[in-house]
Amino acid sequence: MDLNTLWFILIGLLFAGFFFLEGFDYGVGMLLPFLGKDDRTRRVLINTIGPHWDGNEVWLITAGGALFAAFPHWYATMFSGFYMAFVLVLLSLILRGAAFEFRSKLGNPRWRGAWDWMLFFGSLLPSLLLPVALFNLLRGVPIDATMTYRGSLVTLLNLPALLWGVAAILGFLFHGAIFLSLKTGGEIASQARAMAEKLWPPTLAILLIGLISSIFTTDVTARWPVALFLVPLLAVGTLVVSGVFLRRGRSGLAFAAFGVTIVLVVSSLFLALYPRVMVSSLSPDWSLTIYTAASSAYTLRIMSYIALALVPVVLLYQAWSYWVFRQRLVRESPLEY
Amino acid sequence: MDTVTLARLQFGITTVYHFFFVPLTLGLPILVAIIETIYARTGNEVYRRMAKFWGKLLIINFAVGVVTGIVLEFQFGMNWSEYSRFMGDIFGVPLATEALSSFFLESTFLGVWIFGWNRLSRGLHAATMWLVALGSNLSGLWILIANSFMQQPVGYTIVDGRAQLIDFGALITNPNIISQYPHVLASGVVTASFFMMGISAYHLLKRSEDREAFWRSFRVGAVAAVIGCVLVIAVGHAQTQHIAQSQPMKLAALEALVNSEDPASFSLFSIVQQSEESISELVSIRIPAVLSFLTYNRFSGEVRGIKDIQSEYVARFGPDNYVPPVMLSYFTFRIMVGAGFLLALLALVALILVWREKVERVPFFLRVLMPAIGLPYVANTAGWLLTEMGRQPWIVYGLQKTKDAISPAVTPGMLMFSLLAFTIIYGGLMVADIYLLLHFAKRGTVEEEEQVEHTALAY
Repeated sequence: MDLNTLWFILIGLLFAGFFFLEGFDYGVGMLLPFLGKDDRTRRVLINTIGPHWDGNEVWLITAGGALFAAFPHWYATMFSGFYMAFVLVLLSLILRGAAFEFRSKLGNPRWRGAWDWMLFFGSLLPSLLLPVALFNLLRGVPIDATMTYRGSLVTLLNLPALLWGVAAILGFLFHGAIFLSLKTGGEIASQARAMAEKLWPPTLAILLIGLISSIFTTDVTARWPVALFLVPLLAVGTLVVSGVFLRRGRSGLAFAAFGVTIVLVVSSLFLALYPRVMVSSLSPDWSLTIYTAASSAYTLRIMSYIALALVPVVLLYQAWSYWVFRQRLVRESPLEY
Repeated sequence: MDTVTLARLQFGITTVYHFFFVPLTLGLPILVAIIETIYARTGNEVYRRMAKFWGKLLIINFAVGVVTGIVLEFQFGMNWSEYSRFMGDIFGVPLATEALSSFFLESTFLGVWIFGWNRLSRGLHAATMWLVALGSNLSGLWILIANSFMQQPVGYTIVDGRAQLIDFGALITNPNIISQYPHVLASGVVTASFFMMGISAYHLLKRSEDREAFWRSFRVGAVAAVIGCVLVIAVGHAQTQHIAQSQPMKLAALEALVNSEDPASFSLFSIVQQSEESISELVSIRIPAVLSFLTYNRFSGEVRGIKDIQSEYVARFGPDNYVPPVMLSYFTFRIMVGAGFLLALLALVALILVWREKVERVPFFLRVLMPAIGLPYVANTAGWLLTEMGRQPWIVYGLQKTKDAISPAVTPGMLMFSLLAFTIIYGGLMVADIYLLLHFAKRGTVEEEEQVEHTALAY
């Protein structure tokens, strides 16, 4: 395996890790108006992700940095091309991040209410737009011979891509609800579990619709050997398993099973892309690949050493931080925010 | 306005705004970590209250620093795609390393610090703040390594019109970083120590309840301020001498030296008229030979002027205007240096008063220290404007011009939208941030946390 492929896999893993971790973060943010009936409950909900959201978001920033270092043309074409989508994502992330630190600093209900809505929309918009952007990498966008994007925001908002946006919103709501049922206790936990059970059927439905529509709107049938279709099939299977665990009251296993679903869906996307990174709808010759978009072999080698040295350490201390805050939160818990 | 102007305006606004929050994020974690370490070792409750108080202000500041930093990570690709293509091989390496080595570190451990007061031992909790300090300062190092390449390209070769990295060791030991990094690090310490002294001064003047906490904080601040100021000035001097070698045009501009001189005179006050084609001095009051001394440590030696360097660059790089905005460079340099010396003077007086235990007997000085919180911010901003504007018309010195770096896929309308959106939201955040900082700075070390919760439970 060459380093270009290795970095393609690494970036896929960064996105998978990001959607796994930030998925339940966004889910909790979007569930806030539905499960947070009073201020105390909303604080409990926010505190379940309080120590973690920033570290989870860094997965996306690192994916961006890794794109820049390993595939500068991918980074340049995607970010300048999907300009308006990323402006909206950035604005959401700015307001969402500020909301975490600011909302509970003052007691005024209007102040808190305003930040709670920013948390909601700041979680909703990236959940919608990031999957839309990523699916368009595969579906194909107008990229010319100079690797320049020739479309607009509307180009990205096509039906098959929007399906994945909606799928992500539902999926993250589901993921967030299971997470809350694990991290809280008492009434909050049982309400979160009931919510997860209600979200499971539509999540399953939209995943199926998304996968089937993707088969017809991308070139995957022409490129994949039959065996590879097992990957998205397993994604469906683990979602089914997740629902079964949920009904049996095994929230931990349900959470893990759906985590696998998220990773498998992201893996399917990257498997369908490989070895391309951005498909050009104008000419197959103009698609960006892991070779035409890449940095020099020297840079990839240096980056590999750096990643090899740092990634295990990062994983260790992030896991440790989850272990430190493993206790369930209830309404009576002391709250730091 | 064209895309280049809009994109530059956006980069300027988002970067300057981001750097409004960064220096405190570099310096304050170090001071909080020191304070909390004292608490961990002695168990003296006053240090716990101090750590919590300064930590809370740090968190409020940190939040805005983090969210405005995300914009910068993606802005290179969004607005400057041709720069990203040309430089990705090199610039992406420190950027990705920054994310891996520092963003994870500071975000994870700040989260643990905020929520971990009752979950971790005293020593371990103090250690998490040290890790936050390490993270934010490592982040500064990597991003300055990236910036240094733009000031002084090293360890590269040009292949097919793209810069390619050939020597990672050279990249991270760039001569430019050797003076730039300590300068920025020390300015962070100065910013944090004046922040600490100014707020402590308020409470000492007001005779707040927890006098001991603020008197001790003042002492920490005074010591850190003196160390920081000495470093900033000493390193800053070395940095300017380095710029004389690596970016002679920037030096000529910041000294408003139009014609080459040997020995070169130092400008006390200059007005230079600059247009696309010509440059001329309108007013110039100069002291003979002092610039040569500042540059070479002796009263002789040629310092080259703007006109000579312009003709040399035309011969080397082809016809263009290679002169950065002279008056802007000249005045930002003087504002930065002036503020720096004023801060050093204040720091010295503060330390002497601390030494003689007379701080509270000079209320006038305490009153001066409160607005002085803003002085490091003036110096930091002026310094960055000089660094980046003085590099123009280059985005990467001698390799790529700013006008060639812009994204062809982005229209002026899109840029205008994002510029307005970022500016409005940043403006709102700034107001909220300053309001919160004032609110908590004035409240002192009293922990009202529980009270807030009881009222919260009431509705």
